Amino acid sequence: MSIDRREFLKTLGVAGASLSGVSALGQSKPESHSEEFYAILHDITLCEGCQECEFACAVANSLPEPSDYPDSEVKRKLKPDQYSVINAVETSIGEVYTKQQCMHCAQPACASACLTKAMEKHEEGPITWDGDKCMGCRFCMLSCPFNMPKFEYDSNNPKIGKCQMCFSRLTEGEIPACVENCPAEALIFGKRSEILREAHRRILDDPSNYVDHVYGEFEAGGTSWLNISPVPFEELGFNTSMDHKPYPELTKGFLYSVPSVFVLWPALLLGLREATKREPENNELEVEE
Amino acid sequence: MSEHILSKDLQPKTNRWKFLLGELKPKGKLLTPFNIISVPVILLGLVLIIIRFWKGLSSITNLSQEVPWGLWIGFDVVTGVAFAGGAYVLTFMVYILRMEKYHSIVRVTVLNGFLAYLFYAGALLLDLGRPWNVINPIIGNSFGTSSVLFLVAWHFMLYMLAELIEFSPAIAEWLGAERARRILKSLTIGAVIFGITLSTLHQSGLGALFLMAKGKIHPLWYSEFIPILFFVSSIFAGLSMVIFEGSITHRVFSHQLAKGNHKSHDQILRGLAKICSVAMFAYLFLKILDLVHGHHLSHLFTSWGAWYLVEIIGFVMIPMFLFIRGVKTGEPLIIKIASLMTLIGIILNRLNISVIGFNWMTVDRYIPTWMEFEVTFAVLFLEIWIFRWVLHRLPVLRPIEEVVKSQNIERS
Repeated sequence: MSIDRREFLKTLGVAGASLSGVSALGQSKPESHSEEFYAILHDITLCEGCQECEFACAVANSLPEPSDYPDSEVKRKLKPDQYSVINAVETSIGEVYTKQQCMHCAQPACASACLTKAMEKHEEGPITWDGDKCMGCRFCMLSCPFNMPKFEYDSNNPKIGKCQMCFSRLTEGEIPACVENCPAEALIFGKRSEILREAHRRILDDPSNYVDHVYGEFEAGGTSWLNISPVPFEELGFNTSMDHKPYPELTKGFLYSVPSVFVLWPALLLGLREATKREPENNELEVEE
Repeated sequence: MSEHILSKDLQPKTNRWKFLLGELKPKGKLLTPFNIISVPVILLGLVLIIIRFWKGLSSITNLSQEVPWGLWIGFDVVTGVAFAGGAYVLTFMVYILRMEKYHSIVRVTVLNGFLAYLFYAGALLLDLGRPWNVINPIIGNSFGTSSVLFLVAWHFMLYMLAELIEFSPAIAEWLGAERARRILKSLTIGAVIFGITLSTLHQSGLGALFLMAKGKIHPLWYSEFIPILFFVSSIFAGLSMVIFEGSITHRVFSHQLAKGNHKSHDQILRGLAKICSVAMFAYLFLKILDLVHGHHLSHLFTSWGAWYLVEIIGFVMIPMFLFIRGVKTGEPLIIKIASLMTLIGIILNRLNISVIGFNWMTVDRYIPTWMEFEVTFAVLFLEIWIFRWVLHRLPVLRPIEEVVKSQNIERS
């Protein structure tokens, strides 16, 4: 049943995509040396909360399989060993499903916060974590506007766990595991501009079923995960009050002032020290005389 | 005369090991109230630290995915470094502005600052999940130069080196290495200028760490001016620590002080109080400007606003007025009370930003475990032990001429 449905939806999706001029969304293979970030769209109107993406994520990242189910009574949370979470949310139009994972910001706060470059933004779009570099300071967690990096507090060799957008799969020419395994075609993958265009097209084509907001288009300066929803994102518990500027810009002013202080201060201090000298020449002369 | 110089040069070399071994022996009484309290606290702290590295951070802390930084960062590092700010302010006054009046307290302040960095910033290692990678940003295999924390980490290290150079003549005097003392002394001005520059940047940098946590910190405390506020408050935080620490060391080590020193110390207190009050006035002005400019006035009428006013009025404005009163009347007690209140105010401010007002909207509040407090006290007590050990042996409080004299007497 579900496979039939999946096949059906796939055909429909491909047909719709080719009609709209977007080439085979959800199936487009990543090219090497891409200049533009990849992106993934979660169409909340299509998501059925089946958790296939969660299971695929667990397999792809060798993590334990999720043991609980989406339930509007409980808010499931991301964990160091669970990179993707589906939540059921009770809204004005009934129950809908949201997906949570690292948003892969275009200009990520976490990577700019990292003092060892363990958090790294790749030109394909994903932000990955490198355990050989990370010193576990958790400044990325403090800085992330979406609170996505999770830390293994109960380990003496703790790791940071978060979605890596299946970076190793991307480099091998595959698409992220969650997108590949979504039976409802609620997830599509492609170049960010194409995905964004598709998101807006869906909203324009069916304005009664979508709110006119692509979450992630501008949030935190733009992210690689995009969401479109039938209800306002506030209802879904998404943070809608966040800056539309990239978060690293918040520290730019301070960081830019550092070199100037390093040049100006010593000069100023030396000058002050000279200025406060109490006529040493006279004393020396006297001594010499 | 020539004999005297000869003995001066030879004697320390032959006896140096014996001398060092002798210095390791405890001086003073062992069973003091401080020792009775601090020794068990330090030992328990060491046990807890072992558990922490064995079983992970959650074994002894209440840190969570929502609260990545707790008491150890908020108090030990962020507050501790502000308290250590006295060293750069005093070296600025003495070596740059040549205010000779304060020369006698420079050494003890620099020592205090150095130890504070060593221990409180060292406590950072306890908080690191993967401390074996701590050398990564140092040895250069992966420089995260866009990170404020990268800057702060480097500045911590370099500033500790600068303070060590500033303090090193005292070590040379202790070991009787006159030539080394002269060389090290000649490095002081360079270290001072370097140190003040580094301090300006990392005191403000500690504040800049929280800039990206916009939206997580309560709007009354979050400000784009956090770096400037941290820098200005580190001036009076550091000087208040000098006043507070001085009032204790002067009682405990009063036998080391020259006769005229007690009187001049009151003069010093008055001068420091004056600077504190001016810096606090500037700070308050900035705070009010920020409050009005950021349109946060409506927040003042919430319970968070009340807590904010406790910090600003109770522990900045009132101690500022007490400092002014202390300057006018010259009453040391008022100045000491004001300094203590200022220190509490700084603790409140730093914790309000890093812990209390952090994720202020979440229901599950972070409350540190007793073990987090325990380890914090263990670190603090260990620092005081080292501080006391040094004060008993090195020429820190004593006037330099007296030390030279007494050493010459010992050797001849």
